[in-house]
Amino acid sequence: MSLIAEYLISALLLLGGAFTLIGAIGLARLPDFFTRLHGPTKATTVGVGAIMLSSVFYFSANGAGIGISEILITVFLLMTAPVSANILAKAAMHIGVKTMENTECNPWDQ
Amino acid sequence: MMTAALYITIAMVTLAALLNVYRLIKGPDAPDRVLALDTLYINAIALIILLGITLGTRMYLEAALLIAVMGFVGTVAMAKYLKRGSVIE
Repeated sequence: MSLIAEYLISALLLLGGAFTLIGAIGLARLPDFFTRLHGPTKATTVGVGAIMLSSVFYFSANGAGIGISEILITVFLLMTAPVSANILAKAAMHIGVKTMENTECNPWDQ
Repeated sequence: MMTAALYITIAMVTLAALLNVYRLIKGPDAPDRVLALDTLYINAIALIILLGITLGTRMYLEAALLIAVMGFVGTVAMAKYLKRGSVIE
């Protein structure tokens, strides 16, 4: 494996791990369900996408060819993460989850 | 160098999974727990891919694909149960 490929794979791996960790910290520390929804659904898709891209580069630099499974998983995650976040937000609005005290208005109460 | 980056990334993703488990146990409402489970299966996919890179094999990617599909279906089913009270009406 060439040196440039090794640097590229390492940078992508660290980027993916950092994004995943930041999303999880946001999930654990933010004060409210609707703010908590932001962290993982945005950061984690980028994190898993970067890790998947590094896997593609690793196996193609080792001469194993480009696999279809990695690209399929990435496309599926990028398609389904916003859908599940939207459905979860709708369910939380229907249940009436408590929000922070300084939330400006609740449009679904009117 | 790539081995060190791989181990650091595995440690980061494992720490992220532990934080998700903390939210899964503590979460005050049901949507919080469903969101924690949703994030947990995405982290499991990342860990499986890192395992595949570590072992140098591509065999585990099919398992990751299955986890992605089943996790999405499970999240949608639980959210629909919370919203309507039944999964299939």
